[in-house]
Amino acid sequence: MLIIRHETLPVRAEADVVLARQQVRKWALELQFSLVDQTKLVTAASELARNTLIYGGGGTMRVEVVETGLRQGLRLVFEDQGPGIEDPELALRDGYTTGGGLGLGLSGSKRLVNEFELVSAVGAGTRVTVTRWK
Amino acid sequence: MERIPILRMGGYLLVTIQVDMHDRLALTLQDDLTEQISRTSARGVLIDISAMEIVDSFIGRMLANIAGMARILDASTVVVGMQPAVAITLVELGLSLPGVRTALNVERGMALLQRDLGTQEAAHAHHPA
Repeated sequence: MLIIRHETLPVRAEADVVLARQQVRKWALELQFSLVDQTKLVTAASELARNTLIYGGGGTMRVEVVETGLRQGLRLVFEDQGPGIEDPELALRDGYTTGGGLGLGLSGSKRLVNEFELVSAVGAGTRVTVTRWK
Repeated sequence: MERIPILRMGGYLLVTIQVDMHDRLALTLQDDLTEQISRTSARGVLIDISAMEIVDSFIGRMLANIAGMARILDASTVVVGMQPAVAITLVELGLSLPGVRTALNVERGMALLQRDLGTQEAAHAHHPA
């Protein structure tokens, strides 16, 4: 997989979550994703950026335009150095939350993208990578 | 502090969300609306989200909370104008907004609220306290 372009944004405050959404929208528009796909990507970005902020204590979002063969896509990487997730499988279950939310951030975002990867270990932070192909 | 304006029209409160809300702004709106329902004895709340490009789980929860609190304070809530792409995404996300009534546009939303109020008044008339 080829990374054509990329950009890294801080996710350290609530305003950064708004900026992350806007930036993902901009890139999705540039790649000419359909309106529904744009909305799915931006919504997933909003959920995951909020997780990075609230559960990870802040981190970064990297936006990448990726290409494989004839396909282009948008890949988003959310990374933090927070406490990590004890049981990633449980964290991905609908309705599971440790923060008083609806427990849909991770599981819901997974449904909004084509590829989803969660790498986390206790004390070693969390990285969530999502890709949506055109 | 930044706030979403709440308009009062007769017995109703109207809110049009036109900015990309950060989470605290959404929570402030939730508190402001609840406080205003109680202060103005409003019987209906209409929330226009036609300008919103996404509704994520946080905003979804805010809408459900507003509807729930309004209900407890004896007011009906209707959320109007959701864009089709937003609706599709919301359902896929796993949120079907239980307890939140929706209408396609402001006109239909208003008609729903008025019907509610009419039904309630009729019920009061038939069963005087």
